Amino acid sequence: MDALLQFLFSGLTVGAVYALVALGFTIIYNASDVVNFAQGEFVMLGGMITVFAFEAGLPLPLAALLAILVTSAIGVALNKLAIEPARGAPVVSLIIITIGASIVIRGATQLVFDKQLHRFPSFSGDDPIHVLGATILPQSLWVIGGALAVFVGLWIFFTRTLTGKAVLATANNRVAAQLVGINTGWVMTLSFGLSAAIGAFAGVLVTPITLVGYDVGVALALKGFAAAMLGGMGNPKGALVGGLLLGCFEALTAGYLSSQYKEAVAFIVILGVLFVMPQGLFGRKSTERV
Amino acid sequence: MMSKTTTALATFAALGVLAGAAQAEIRLGVSVSATGPAAFLGDPEAKTIEMLVEQLNEEGGINGEEIALTLYDDGGDPNKARTFATRLVEDDEVVAIIGGSTTGTTMSILSVAEDEGIPFISLAGAISIIDPVREFVFKTPHTDRMACEKIFTDMQAQGITRIGMISGTDGFGASMQAQCKEVAGEHGIEILADETYGPQDADMTPQLTRIRNTDGVQAVLNPGFGQGPAIVTRNVAQLGFEIPLYQSHGVASDAFIELAGADAAEGLRLPGTALLIADKLAEDDAQYEVVTSYTEAYKARYDQDVSTFGGYAHDAFALIVDAITRAGDSEDPQAIRDALEATDGLVGTTGTYSFSPEDHLGLDLSAFRMLEIKDGDWLAVD
Repeated sequence: MDALLQFLFSGLTVGAVYALVALGFTIIYNASDVVNFAQGEFVMLGGMITVFAFEAGLPLPLAALLAILVTSAIGVALNKLAIEPARGAPVVSLIIITIGASIVIRGATQLVFDKQLHRFPSFSGDDPIHVLGATILPQSLWVIGGALAVFVGLWIFFTRTLTGKAVLATANNRVAAQLVGINTGWVMTLSFGLSAAIGAFAGVLVTPITLVGYDVGVALALKGFAAAMLGGMGNPKGALVGGLLLGCFEALTAGYLSSQYKEAVAFIVILGVLFVMPQGLFGRKSTERV
Repeated sequence: MMSKTTTALATFAALGVLAGAAQAEIRLGVSVSATGPAAFLGDPEAKTIEMLVEQLNEEGGINGEEIALTLYDDGGDPNKARTFATRLVEDDEVVAIIGGSTTGTTMSILSVAEDEGIPFISLAGAISIIDPVREFVFKTPHTDRMACEKIFTDMQAQGITRIGMISGTDGFGASMQAQCKEVAGEHGIEILADETYGPQDADMTPQLTRIRNTDGVQAVLNPGFGQGPAIVTRNVAQLGFEIPLYQSHGVASDAFIELAGADAAEGLRLPGTALLIADKLAEDDAQYEVVTSYTEAYKARYDQDVSTFGGYAHDAFALIVDAITRAGDSEDPQAIRDALEATDGLVGTTGTYSFSPEDHLGLDLSAFRMLEIKDGDWLAVD
């Protein structure tokens, strides 16, 4: 029993990390149908900038805020310098541009910072919390809480605010959105800035657990993408549930079957779900109006 | 063919004129992975060799001949490494090659060196580089198998016979996992649990819980590299293990203690080299002088701490210099190779090297020192 609880704690911790990354995908995807493969790099930047600002003497909260702001600015710059000039290009080309951007960001981070692994202290210490014979680290609760907070924030943003609805409208039909007076250029800038900020926020929360180095973004983006696909691309609820499910699949497979196959089993489950429900668990059905 | 010879002759003539006043020089070739995914290996290696060549030339070179260094960065790509190795031999006409930061790049350079008959000292770990012995190929890093043997020897001394293993699935972890399983029996060690984790995984508590729930496990061994071992160490502390944890030489660096946290890492053991405890070596230690002078020079030059990997390059360079000095002929790769194979008792940062026709690694288990982390610092325990 305590073993099952330990596996679930592990799954929730890892799953919340995936969920945070997956949530970052939603805004840009909703605004432009583009899957931003530089999302993992935003997470990495959030961690790296916090580490170096913290080591330079800034208090941790300030370092984290700085990291989120700088990363957000980099997100905006990515939109202005790479995505906007390619406006009108098919979505696939834009996705390829984001892959290129992720390589550039990774290389630049190597040069500006370094190639080592880093970590900063956990927010509430490292003493594990004991629950019924299983243990969980306080930082895991921060990550789970952070994922929930971002989820709630995004849900309110997309359903309750005019700006959020403008973002959805832009994705739906850019020309029509422009006709009703939505500044679609500004919506794109906003969505890249916000996505980068969410990514950086994720990086700040997960670094004490996963550690950070210039090359951690790729693996995070891949898992986050898988989680988003499982839950349904573009839906904050899907990102959250998809991330937590993926984490729990991995942990339970590692715990009860074999750690060799944990990723294989997780991906087989994802394939199975997508086979039956191609939009993911909570994805919207795409209907093309003729 | 004719035109090539003419060009070559013309080049020689031109060189002859230019080199008339200058001294003869020894051409040394290096191909390491200074950038790319293996940069953490190649970067300190390149820096070390550049520094040592400069030092040696300032002191007057070998028998009055300066070293002309040609250094290429293969970026960890075996195809590039092969191209550079060919270029080093054919265009740069080097008499010896140091390099191959990874096993992959080493394998590329190795075939060129063997074909062309140029002595090559590899900086990579795999045992397959020198087993079976190849005429022109040597290496400086100890093998994974030796690390396993060192760990198992220490376990035996502690009365530990049944262990659980949790290994990374990266190249290093997988290779060491296989080697350890091979030699465990010889040391009377039984592996009761054998778990793995991906190199980028964020939490290993499920695997560790399985190990904890396996009856009779007396210690945990974690062959791995990068962030994995730091996370395993933290998870072991989180789960409150009461049995000892052994890490591998793959994480033998000060940065590891920082990443894992001094509290979580307290009491764990791993095999490391003298370089790691440079400031704690006794002055009568055989390696004291070479280790201290290297660490001080490197720190002064680059304002960075030395790493084990830079130490491998340091030793490779020392071996080449020693061999050329004894060969007395800096132009003949065959003579240098023969001198290299006759190396006897050369003290390096990694250990003391004695090559023979049957042994092109030349280190024994004494090259490893069993270290324990105590109060956030290393403590030699044997």
